[in-house]
Amino acid sequence: MSKQINVALIGNPNTGKTSVFNALTGLNQKVGNYPGITVEKKEGICKLPRGVKAHIIDLPGTYSLNASSLDENVVIELLLNKNDKDYPDLAVVVSDVENLKRNLLLFTQIKDLKIPTILVINMSDRMAYKGISLDIDYLEQELKTKIALISTRKNKGINELKELITHYKELSTEPCLDASSIDESYFENLRKAFPNQLLYKLWLVITQDVNFGKTDRKTYDAVEDFKTKSKTDLKRLQQKETIKRYQFINETLKKGQTIDLNSAKDLRIKLDRILTHKVWGYLIFGAILLTIFQAIYDWSSIPMDFIDSSFASLSEWTKNTLPEGAFTNLLAEGIISGLGGIVIFIPQIAFLFLFISILEESGYMSRVVFLMDRIMRRFGLSGKSVVPLISGTACAIPAIMATRNIESWKERLITILVTPFTTCSARLPVYLIIIALVIPEGRILGLSYQALTLMLLYLIGFGAAVGSAWILNKILKIKSKSFFVVEMPNYKLPLFKNVALTVLEKTKAFVFGAGKIILAISIVLWFLASYGPGDNFNNADTIVTEQYASENLTEDELHQKIESHKLEHSFIGIAGHAIEPAIRPLGYDWKIGIAIVSSFAAREVFVGTLATIYSVGSDEEETIKNRMAGEVNPILGGPLFNFASGISLLLFYAFAMQCMSTLAVVKKETNSWKWPMYQLVIMSGFAYIVALVAYQVLK
Amino acid sequence: MTLAELKRGQQGIITDVSSVHIPLKLLEMGCLPGNLVELVQVAPFADPMYLNINGTHLAIRKETAIHIIIETAHE
Ligand SMILES: Nc1nc2c(ncn2[C@@H]2O[C@H](COP(=O)(O)OP(=O)(O)OP(=O)(O)O)[C@@H](O)[C@H]2O)c(=O)[nH]1
Ligand SMILES: [Mg+2]
Repeated sequence: MSKQINVALIGNPNTGKTSVFNALTGLNQKVGNYPGITVEKKEGICKLPRGVKAHIIDLPGTYSLNASSLDENVVIELLLNKNDKDYPDLAVVVSDVENLKRNLLLFTQIKDLKIPTILVINMSDRMAYKGISLDIDYLEQELKTKIALISTRKNKGINELKELITHYKELSTEPCLDASSIDESYFENLRKAFPNQLLYKLWLVITQDVNFGKTDRKTYDAVEDFKTKSKTDLKRLQQKETIKRYQFINETLKKGQTIDLNSAKDLRIKLDRILTHKVWGYLIFGAILLTIFQAIYDWSSIPMDFIDSSFASLSEWTKNTLPEGAFTNLLAEGIISGLGGIVIFIPQIAFLFLFISILEESGYMSRVVFLMDRIMRRFGLSGKSVVPLISGTACAIPAIMATRNIESWKERLITILVTPFTTCSARLPVYLIIIALVIPEGRILGLSYQALTLMLLYLIGFGAAVGSAWILNKILKIKSKSFFVVEMPNYKLPLFKNVALTVLEKTKAFVFGAGKIILAISIVLWFLASYGPGDNFNNADTIVTEQYASENLTEDELHQKIESHKLEHSFIGIAGHAIEPAIRPLGYDWKIGIAIVSSFAAREVFVGTLATIYSVGSDEEETIKNRMAGEVNPILGGPLFNFASGISLLLFYAFAMQCMSTLAVVKKETNSWKWPMYQLVIMSGFAYIVALVAYQVLK
Repeated sequence: MTLAELKRGQQGIITDVSSVHIPLKLLEMGCLPGNLVELVQVAPFADPMYLNINGTHLAIRKETAIHIIIETAHE
């Protein structure tokens, strides 16, 4: 077997690189009809004929080799660094048949780097619809390459592509055109100064914006001395180069491509007339959001009730079947109830992912960017910030990574800082259970109060994000050019497979990610709740029996009293009582306090923590919701979860920064601990104050 | 006239782009002299503008559009 071939998938955003990647490797990377879905390098292996293996690298989309945002920079870095272990032996440029002209610009640039290059023309299924026909032989000859006309949607041409990859050594590495003719003498001097270097590579290094890139500069330091031209001169030259490339492309396509406009149909115009309309556009956007919330509530209640009661009986069954003892208790009380607190939310979270994925796959997301840009700009954000803010409703982590296609650093930083305010799916379990406890059932205009409350919470999260963006915009003194271009892709019927895979993968990640944390925390909490120091815990039996000796308690009642005495004096009880003074003004008891503290690992732990604490020392089969409803406020009497404390909790969770993984990703994206620490302190402090005020006003 | 003055549904030919104010990326997306541009849709206050430049559909802000000089077909 020969060595693996490194194959890089390069192309404009949204041309189907990731779809090709998935087709070649059999993996399931995320695909979506929005430019900028892939923001980092992804790798996979493709088995080629005759036992050859190719190492396939999926890259973020880029319009050219002149990077203007962080995700594009990944591509340039790879192509300029011959020592990179992923430096491609073969570049596969993926293009969209409907945008061939623009896609070829990048292709001609890659050719200048003298890397063997295959041109993939994807989405061939759209050709008839658009009245496009191509003269492949002519194009291959003019572009000095091999072309694979494929459709990943219809699974056509993939084998031919694999065949071409296998024979990559036969590809010509000759450039399509001579870019150096834009300024003969300048390039002649360059050539003389660096006789062993590739001219176009030098040119790229000279013109790259220094703001980006940690491209291995050492090799090129010498070039610095060669910046004999001013910035504007260089830019003018780049413009000249672009025009020259387009001239060549236009010439080539004039013969190689025919478009019969009569047979072309365009759904886009009709749809956009309504969907991006000044009035209808916003109304429809609002209606879509409203439908999503109603659906999350109405459609998922049946599977949820089922899951809830199943877990309660599973826990009960475990207790009755396994031999009595500490391990059984841990399993039944800690682990099963903890996991139940997560599994129950699968239906709702799956629905949320489903809707987001449909919005992305249909092409609607870019329209939202268009509609919202002006409004967002007032707050120091970009229209593109809407995408992280919307996908942040699933999870803040991918949302923060999705900011990489925002060109302006200031807008991007602000977006990163405020995204954690959006209501992510981890908050959903907390919201749902508390809403169910404290908001009455009933409907207004066909919408349930509970669904409306949920929607309000999402709006509060969004409002907090936008409001703090506005403040940050005023106080952050960062100079960065604000500039905005967004491509408006064609509408596409969401591909069932893509949507289903996204929902499945995301839900799985949610359950397993949260599951692991919950498992660990449940076990720790259970131990802390089941054991305690000193007399008060170990002699609980005698102490309680003596205390209630005068009252005629039944066996059961006495047992109950003993168990709760034990809990109060267990390790967790002691810790809880220690923090109680801080949270009592918010209307919580020590058990909620513990749940809040453990939520700093991940918010979704809240319900599981309460489930674990409550279940220690109670033998009844009870759903977690009923158990919470039965809790009594130790001081005031009455239900612990009442309107005032419920609202206070909701608001606390709306604002507090309680997710370690998000903090880690913010650190990674901003390259400093400063920003995540600000987030932690300011958001949580604000949450505390708001919750305090809410409880004191409402109680 | 500049691109920012174009009416919805109107077409024009780009005659000049100020290379100081227009980012290279936009040029590379096809916003070059000689190309046909159509204003497909505008958001409230005509900002941003949804354009069709030579078959590429994209949206840019008004502050960028004022640096693109065009000629309408009927001038
Ligand atoms: N009609 C059609 N649509 C396709 C085809 N291949 C991909 N798509 C769609 O094109 C869109 C973009 O696909 P992706 O694979 O995410 O494109 P990408 O180039 O990786 O995009 P970025 O990562 O954002 O740069 C998705 O909506 C796909 O479903 C095809 O052969 N035909
Ligand atoms: Mg991709």
